[in-house]
Amino acid sequence: MGWDGLKKFVFHRRKEMPDGLWMKCDSCGNLVHKKVVEEKLRACPECNFHFSLTSSERIALLLDEGNLEEYWGDLESIDPLKFSDRISYKKKTADAQEKTGLKDAFVVGKGRLGGIEVIFGVMDSRFIMASMGSVVGEKVTRAAEKAAELKIPLIIVSASGGARMQEGCFSLMQMAKTSAAMARLHESGGLYISILTNPTTAGVMASFAALGDIMIAEPKALIGFTGPRVIAQTIGQELPPGFQTSEFLLERGMIDRIIDRQHLKEELIKILEYCT
Amino acid sequence: MAQNDGLDFEAPIVELERKITELENFSNIAEVDLSEEIKKLHARANKLKGEIYKNLSPWQRVQLARHPKRPLTTDFINLMFTDFYELHGDRTFRDDKAIVSGFAKIDNHKVMIVGTRRGKTTRERIYCNFGSPHPEGYRKAMLKMKLAEKFHLPIIALINTPGAYPGIGAEERGQALVIARNLFEMSRLRTPIICVVIGEGGSGGALAIGIGDKFAMLENAYFSVISPEGCSAILWRDGSKAPDAAKALKLTAQDLIKLGIIDEIIPEPLGGAHRDSKKTADSFKKVLVRYLTELKGIPLDTLLENRYAKYRQMGQFLEQPAEAVKSLKHKQPINK
Ligand SMILES: [Zn+2]
Repeated sequence: MGWDGLKKFVFHRRKEMPDGLWMKCDSCGNLVHKKVVEEKLRACPECNFHFSLTSSERIALLLDEGNLEEYWGDLESIDPLKFSDRISYKKKTADAQEKTGLKDAFVVGKGRLGGIEVIFGVMDSRFIMASMGSVVGEKVTRAAEKAAELKIPLIIVSASGGARMQEGCFSLMQMAKTSAAMARLHESGGLYISILTNPTTAGVMASFAALGDIMIAEPKALIGFTGPRVIAQTIGQELPPGFQTSEFLLERGMIDRIIDRQHLKEELIKILEYCT
Repeated sequence: MAQNDGLDFEAPIVELERKITELENFSNIAEVDLSEEIKKLHARANKLKGEIYKNLSPWQRVQLARHPKRPLTTDFINLMFTDFYELHGDRTFRDDKAIVSGFAKIDNHKVMIVGTRRGKTTRERIYCNFGSPHPEGYRKAMLKMKLAEKFHLPIIALINTPGAYPGIGAEERGQALVIARNLFEMSRLRTPIICVVIGEGGSGGALAIGIGDKFAMLENAYFSVISPEGCSAILWRDGSKAPDAAKALKLTAQDLIKLGIIDEIIPEPLGGAHRDSKKTADSFKKVLVRYLTELKGIPLDTLLENRYAKYRQMGQFLEQPAEAVKSLKHKQPINK
């Protein structure tokens, strides 16, 4: 679909929102005009906070012709612990599947950016906060192995609340598994670009999302290990303004660049051209 | 906290044991023969222990794992190793006391120990930050493990932590990135690695020194993606459901061996490691020596292949038999 296609697409979506022309920005609290937000590829015109994109929107935004040859799209969770809290994990998964049309929270395949072939993966935060269970971990691992095998770069757009608690230690071990896979990709000489979007935290940030050769973040994204509420509770004090944002990480030397969504594709191509 | 630092479910045993001591003292002082009485009480105590400890709930195991008298990393270092020679620091920021590391010997094996450190007294606990490392702690551990790799020393990681520290400084210094880096590096360190959870295995903060060729747990340790309290607060929206969460998370050694996550359960004396640290250390030491002997016999390339395979197969999911590779043309965006 590409750039113009996406603009048309988001403009089209805008018309479907029945609740008026204005929305409140989650980040700065300002009322902003939806049309302007959509024109900025869903960024706040006041504070430049970047709102979430779905996996298909992200694919449309970044890949040539919005075209992904999807791999392993039918992997799904089998609820290994038969987990149930107030609702069963089975039901939660089924609901998320119905809502998103996805089997789980990670979509991956092969595509091109500026003509350069890549393995491209994206997390979809509508699916149980894009938490990482066995399926996400397996697909991220396969993506790294595939990139090494085909000797093409790997790009992953992360957004995640962390490990998927409902899979217990299976989800914890995905941190180990994906990190080991990234180590292998590294040893094979492959390029891995990790793109952090709002929010990327906990088990995902403490594994594959943190292991890019190049680390990029979208503006104002929440990125960290422990969630801000838990930290504030633990230390019993308010957190400094801007804590755990992309800007905070850049300032402290944790990432390479912050890139506006509007320039993300062209900058990725620039990096690819240097590293392939 | 109940008397004698005991746990609620231990109270009847603690009470009986107190009675026995009293009777023994009395019989000594008064020179009365109460041996029959005492013998009976001992038998009752043993029966009670059997009943209580054979059927521990996951939540009770968590409590045992956190027992204030449970032997800690430093105790096991003293009980199982000789010539421990501590090495400090991460060469970057500071010496994190929540991680202890250094050379040591166990039987004829020279090894590198890395472990999370906690204390027994309030003062010691504060000194070690309650066993919750900062990024510099994980970096310290990695530095010592790299040293071990260079000189072909097997690594023994002793894990007992509620988790990586959730604080401002920890985030400022890249807690997530440092943990990820440790997972990345441990997966490919060219020396044998043995990891044992001896108490609490709290999530990513435990895993950050927990990738290895062997992964074992003491019988009453737990290993979990999130603390039962945290899980209960998030999923049940009620902090008091921790016992339910502990059960649902399958975090005990007994559950995790069934799920194929861990290799072995190291037995503890009846009632838990805190009832006999020495005896616990004896069986623990035998396991470590057996692992060292086994792993040292494996060529390094094979060892690393096996290690990758060990983690590669973790996870359970459903996949349609014919691996369908379908082309998704996003001409019409999925719009739901
Ligand atoms: Zn805003």
